[in-house]
Amino acid sequence: MLTRIMTVLMLSATLLLSASFALAADTIKIGGLFSVTGPPAFLGEPERNTAKMVVDGINKSGGIKGQKLELIVYDTAGDATKAVQMATKLIRDDKVVAIIGPSTTGETMAVIPVVEKARIPLISCAAGSKITDPVKRYVFKTAQNDALAVERIYDYLKRQRQNRVALLTVSDGFGASGREQLKALAPRFGMQIVVDDTYGPKDTDMTSQLTKIRASQAQVLIVWGTNPGPAVIAKNARQLGLKLPLYMSHGVSSKKFIALAGDAAEGVRLPSGKVIVADALSKKDPQKASLLAFVKDYQNHYKQEGDHFGGHAWDAVMLLKAAIERGATTAESIRDGLENTRNFHGIGGTFTYSAGDHAGLNKEAFVMVEIKNRDWSLAK
Amino acid sequence: MKRELLKYSIFAVCVLLAPLAFLDSYLLNVLVFVGIHTMLAVALNLLLGYAGQISLGHAAFFGLGAYLSGVLTTTYGWNPWFTMLVAAIVVGGLAFMIGFPILKLKGHYLAMATLGLGIIIFIVFNEWVEVTSGPSGFSGIPNLQLGQLIFDSDLKNYYLVWCFVLGCVLLSVNLANSRIGRALRAIHDAEVAARVVGVNARLLKVQIFALSAMISAIAGSLYAHVMTFIAPPSFGFNISVELLTMVVIGGLGSIYGSFLGALLLTLLPEFLRFMHDYDIVFYGGLLMVMTIFMPGGLVQGIPDLFRKLVGLRKGKGDSHA
Repeated sequence: MLTRIMTVLMLSATLLLSASFALAADTIKIGGLFSVTGPPAFLGEPERNTAKMVVDGINKSGGIKGQKLELIVYDTAGDATKAVQMATKLIRDDKVVAIIGPSTTGETMAVIPVVEKARIPLISCAAGSKITDPVKRYVFKTAQNDALAVERIYDYLKRQRQNRVALLTVSDGFGASGREQLKALAPRFGMQIVVDDTYGPKDTDMTSQLTKIRASQAQVLIVWGTNPGPAVIAKNARQLGLKLPLYMSHGVSSKKFIALAGDAAEGVRLPSGKVIVADALSKKDPQKASLLAFVKDYQNHYKQEGDHFGGHAWDAVMLLKAAIERGATTAESIRDGLENTRNFHGIGGTFTYSAGDHAGLNKEAFVMVEIKNRDWSLAK
Repeated sequence: MKRELLKYSIFAVCVLLAPLAFLDSYLLNVLVFVGIHTMLAVALNLLLGYAGQISLGHAAFFGLGAYLSGVLTTTYGWNPWFTMLVAAIVVGGLAFMIGFPILKLKGHYLAMATLGLGIIIFIVFNEWVEVTSGPSGFSGIPNLQLGQLIFDSDLKNYYLVWCFVLGCVLLSVNLANSRIGRALRAIHDAEVAARVVGVNARLLKVQIFALSAMISAIAGSLYAHVMTFIAPPSFGFNISVELLTMVVIGGLGSIYGSFLGALLLTLLPEFLRFMHDYDIVFYGGLLMVMTIFMPGGLVQGIPDLFRKLVGLRKGKGDSHA
């Protein structure tokens, strides 16, 4: 019986192999690893949609130097083991020259040893600073480092002359990384952390943490998490009559947060990529053209507003395109090409990679926005 | 006994020759994880299938093995092989101690207690940031090494993991066919009756629980060294449930059934990938159909199905004649 199963397995394997050989040879194959399902689906879905949209757009306008791009996307479901398997599949079976993704820091960290050994460039769409610190030869990323968002908030608070902060961070990868940066950067901006509390990703009521914060000396509350937690906190704060100004992370800079929090979102400030306020930017902003193009394109394709998560994938495909246009063809030369990127005005910011910096952004990538009348506006 | 030996030899030969078919494919990588899942499913089957004690917290022992190996080798520079042994003993000892109070419980209460255990340990992985690096995961774990041989490719990892699987299967098959195996099945069917005929049910249940935890811990150590990165979601409640599904789908009380269950549940998503977004629906439907029509698991269901198909063909042939 076992032998029979093995034969079936071998047959299917040969089928799979021959299928991948049958495809046309003069296309450039790039892989995509996005968590389209599972808990990080709010990242993976816009990323996959955007990557597909951009690649289709490039192919419609004649490809890159006459060569078509072929995007092969696998769903990792937010699972590190699956991400490793899919990365191996992209490299071994699909023979891609570069990989975009994965969506989360954990999956990216798991995939790094695989791509480093296979010498395939990876452009991660995750934010964790340890992805590119220390620098790995084949690993780049397009999402802004959490530290840049923290700097933006602290910078803003300093100008508002407020320095006693309460932290409320979610106990997952995103929150842990934010908490680390919030604590590490506090001394440099003269910030004093008076409360440092956490909540669980699935918690549905945070009044106990907020009551503790209300009793403290804090002047502002900084919440670090992704939907739906921060929306619950905004609502709870309103119910408790908490008067502290609320600051959030870039993890909630999508319209979904305003929809979830409703009136409680009014007055919330957060650092965000520029994509949500593209219209309000000054004409001189070098990113404005890219931003408006992306927003319009996404609206046409998917009848939704493009968010900055999709923007990470837009940047990744466009960075690859630019590298290939400059003459890169193999995995190795694409890596070199990516490292030579200078002043690329994308969605997440203006990228300048170098041998010592594979994250490529500075704090200008973020703007402070405030929620007014259920919409975004630039904070003064 | 001869029959068992023959089965085991066929299994071992298949396992050792299988990589020849997948040398250049990513499926070799998937098969490494099939091996790890097989160890876990066999371990859980000893407890659930033979002794009839449910555990909804087995991913915790898997995770403890992985984190002990990961942290002790990476942060403290311990020898990986020695750490694997230490992890197995520590986890086994822990299970032994917890086993006495927990295994007094029966049915739903035992399920609840083991569920709680799994969740507590998961929270420790997630929140003890200084040691485990918390939710963002623990990276930089070294590959295992044997003299000059570093286990850093899928092929090498395949043989590494499957050697452990073969050892574990041999041990389990032997155990299942021994006096202890018979005693365990007696506990499964009627604990009171087993105690009446002189089986020390309480101690035996705790011992098998500890053994099961130890095998899971070794699987965890292997996982940590193969992946070189570990994060809490890989050891959560859903993994415990997945392991349970592997054991039930494969066939309770059959060691090779656990292998089939692990193989099916790990490989099936890969073959359903061409269905894109509908694969999850199909996967769920297939599991439902299998539990309804193959209540004894794959290990009984496949031969039954085969017999039925042969029977049908013969039946048809007769009517034509």
